Amino acid sequence: MDWETVIGIETHAQLSTASKIFSGAATQFGAAPNAQACAVDIALPGVLPVLNKGAVERAIRFGLAVGATVNRRSVFARKNYFYPDLPKGYQISQYELPIVTGGVIKIRTGNGEKTVRLTRAHLEEDAGKSLHEDFHGMSGIDLNRAGTPLLEIVTEPDMRSAEEAVAYAKELHRLVRWIGICDGNMQEGSFRCDANVSVRPKGSTVLGTRREIKNLNSFRFLQQAIEYEVRWQIETLQSGDSIQQATVLFDPDTGETRMMRTKEDAHDYRYFPDPDLLPLDVSAELLAQILQEQPELPQAKLERYQPDFGLSAYDADVLTQSRETAEYFEDMVNRLGSPEAKVCANWITGELAAALNRAGIDITQSPVSSEQLAWLIARIVDGTISSSAAKDVFQSLWQRKNVAVAALSAPPPSLRASIKVDNFVSTAREEVDNIIEQLGLKQISDAGALEKVIAEILAANPKSVEEFRAGKEKAFNALVGQAMKATRGKGNPARINEILKKKLAG
Amino acid sequence: MLNSTLKQLSALLTQKKLSSAELTQSCLDRVARLNPGLNAFLTVDADRSLAQARAADAQIAAGKAQPLTGIPVAHKDIFCAKGWRTTCGSKMLANFVSPYDAHVVEQLNAAGAVILGKTNMDEFAMGSSSETGFWGPVKNPWDRTRVAGGSSGGSAAAVAARIAPVAIGTDTGGSIRQPAAFSGICGLKPTYGVVSRYGMVAFASSLDQGGPMGKSAEDLALLLNVMAGFDARDSTSLERPAEDYARALEAPPAGDRARPLGGLRIGVPKEYFGEGLGSDVAAAVEAALAQFEKLGAKRIAISLPNTGLSVPAYYVIAPAEASSNLSRFDGVRYGYRAAEYGDLADMYAKSRAQGFGAEVKRRILIGTYVLSHGYYDAYYLKAQKIRRLIAQDFAEAYKQCDLIMGPTAPSVAFALGSMSSDPVQMYLNDIYTTAANLAGLPAMSIPCGFGEGGMPAGLQIAGNYFAEARMLGAAHQYQLATDWHLRQPAGTE
Repeated sequence: MDWETVIGIETHAQLSTASKIFSGAATQFGAAPNAQACAVDIALPGVLPVLNKGAVERAIRFGLAVGATVNRRSVFARKNYFYPDLPKGYQISQYELPIVTGGVIKIRTGNGEKTVRLTRAHLEEDAGKSLHEDFHGMSGIDLNRAGTPLLEIVTEPDMRSAEEAVAYAKELHRLVRWIGICDGNMQEGSFRCDANVSVRPKGSTVLGTRREIKNLNSFRFLQQAIEYEVRWQIETLQSGDSIQQATVLFDPDTGETRMMRTKEDAHDYRYFPDPDLLPLDVSAELLAQILQEQPELPQAKLERYQPDFGLSAYDADVLTQSRETAEYFEDMVNRLGSPEAKVCANWITGELAAALNRAGIDITQSPVSSEQLAWLIARIVDGTISSSAAKDVFQSLWQRKNVAVAALSAPPPSLRASIKVDNFVSTAREEVDNIIEQLGLKQISDAGALEKVIAEILAANPKSVEEFRAGKEKAFNALVGQAMKATRGKGNPARINEILKKKLAG
Repeated sequence: MLNSTLKQLSALLTQKKLSSAELTQSCLDRVARLNPGLNAFLTVDADRSLAQARAADAQIAAGKAQPLTGIPVAHKDIFCAKGWRTTCGSKMLANFVSPYDAHVVEQLNAAGAVILGKTNMDEFAMGSSSETGFWGPVKNPWDRTRVAGGSSGGSAAAVAARIAPVAIGTDTGGSIRQPAAFSGICGLKPTYGVVSRYGMVAFASSLDQGGPMGKSAEDLALLLNVMAGFDARDSTSLERPAEDYARALEAPPAGDRARPLGGLRIGVPKEYFGEGLGSDVAAAVEAALAQFEKLGAKRIAISLPNTGLSVPAYYVIAPAEASSNLSRFDGVRYGYRAAEYGDLADMYAKSRAQGFGAEVKRRILIGTYVLSHGYYDAYYLKAQKIRRLIAQDFAEAYKQCDLIMGPTAPSVAFALGSMSSDPVQMYLNDIYTTAANLAGLPAMSIPCGFGEGGMPAGLQIAGNYFAEARMLGAAHQYQLATDWHLRQPAGTE
């Protein structure tokens, strides 16, 4: 029998507010245990929650970014259960009326584009952390994370493979970082996924019984866990057994999922509206303001870059991996003009990406600014340096070598008309130019100097001249080679070609 | 001095005829003398109180006296006060010393008031008799074989016995008004949101409201002035211009001197005078209503048709919220933890079984049940619908009248232990008081005579949202014309 996999994903994205969702305590990662847990977080008698507006704004930003309905009224509810790292004995979440309903995420896989529908996204608080080691048989409780704002984003069961699930998670990850609502740090738990997985005979329209894989905090684990789970479910069904609805955990060491609890021992959470918090009303003004502040989204940029800048689909995709990359690219294009967009893209996806990769840093930490890189390209375009020399300059810039600024001559007038010198502050220009100077990479473009060299070469190589005139194209290349050699590689090849052609024609 | 009003005490203090230290010491002496018989106080800390009193005296000396500067106030043991043991009447919090001040406590401290001590109460404010607390029942100063009412019974008894000039309490279903009625004093539950709940140990969040308790409407006004006010730490706190409730009392009456309440329309709901109301209380309330008419008010017969539903709705909503609010008392971070236990579930079960008393457990069970899957709609949701109907009843009524008056409780204070075995009978004691909490409306109780056994009876004066000043004004005029509020229990001289 052929089987079809059905996957829905719930993601907990930690919202990037400085303080917690219902208290003023800091949310920074890595503090000493319980150093960031205030009276509200540890649920002293008599304390009350106060909603953090920043968390609400981020949830709205998300809703607008995925084309969802941002509900003008939503309600916080208490989810009641006992656990030592849940100080109040209930979690404040949203239940019947979430802040965001609907919306879509577009994904691309080897099979093309697909739209994943979102069910909802709601605000809630995170629990603390239980530590079971190093306490001599007891458990340690760290409440630093208790009350951290989360946006739980829930999809419809729209994905049909682990590949699609990973594509969805990556797209969502890119989006939440892009709109600045979550730092996306998966190792620190800022972005974690639960996958609801079921299988059914191909062609069936009835959903199979699902099992939920909890707390997957890397794309690789998401992929491995789903692949294992799908195999396990198919084998189970094929052997004649049935699937029991359950919550399971993925063990990265064995690559297997294991049962955590079944539906039978599921809690009755006794949700009810939290009487300590008023219904959350979102004003039209706030919606309009957030919509206005919303950055251009990755999907829009992706669709625009190809026609606007003549980029390949690959380039457009890489440049929109993060908002910072896109901004770096657009900053370069703004300085150099659209005609250089392709060169900019090549540098970012080539030399810069490789350097970032080697250093293990992201583009915001790049020692070479978009302005410097743009000016470097301007120096290629105006013939000051060759493309290969530019790579040496780039390495110098990267290592912050030879950037000391000396007073330098004004930029040459030979820049392409589309490049405005005014688009560059002098230090970026001077830093690049200084390196070119220091490394002696400046090309010889001066017509007089080159004409003199070429005249000498023509005189010294009559045989090549004759061969060329007889129709041997190869002879021309030999002459160019001679000229480059005579200029120690610094002759501007384009100019040399130009002058040679003119002389040979004359 | 025992029967002095706050104004008189404040005058003595500012004229340096009396120091706050002396006043506080004399109150502490009365605690020492009278509390063994009354069990009104759970915690006194003379050093702390006297330190506050001396600081108040310094303020007075510096000419910075406010109306409450140097006045000792008894605090129901539900308000967190920094450095004070705050037990809520429960073994669960027997050793809990609060590291912070409730908003109300902050306000009182800033006003220069002195914390006289923490008063006894029903455990976690769950009760109508102040008998359910871990440290035993409060005794009624009028008759020590009777209850003082609850849950703010300790505060009520402290004022009635003239131990404290004024006290603060909380009212979730009548917990200020009913003990005030039983103890022959005044108590007011403000409009929901007027007094911040921050630092008040939560019983039922949508119903809880702190309020003043004292001998007269005038004293309540002065105390409410300090207790009321917006607090950003309570999301249900209301941001509105400050009101001077005391000034409202001084305002020239609407009518002429002989009929100062001329034009005031008093609604008297027929449902409040039906079956279950004791004839003694009914007679006292009738006499009070006649007095109000004499003062110029007009009596209007009204109906609050859903009155009978308020107790059932209340005893669904309040336990539901309580079951969740009390989940934090789990033995993990603070409070009582069983000495011996097996695994985690056992630690929870034993700590809570041993730490909570029977009434608290009963309400947690009821609350857990009504919120459970499959029962939520039939109980919790239904109760919320009734709650809206009750609010509508009042909205209709206040189209016809300015205030609503009737009995605070169906009887005078009953004998200790007489209702403990019949929780439903006990709950029915809240028949006239719970509706105001469900609707979020203000209501108060003032003494209006005596009933069976020479026990005080209470008149309930309820108003529309933010009608506190009007209620206090009417009560004040009544108290200018009568002396029920000045009566002091025998044996407390």
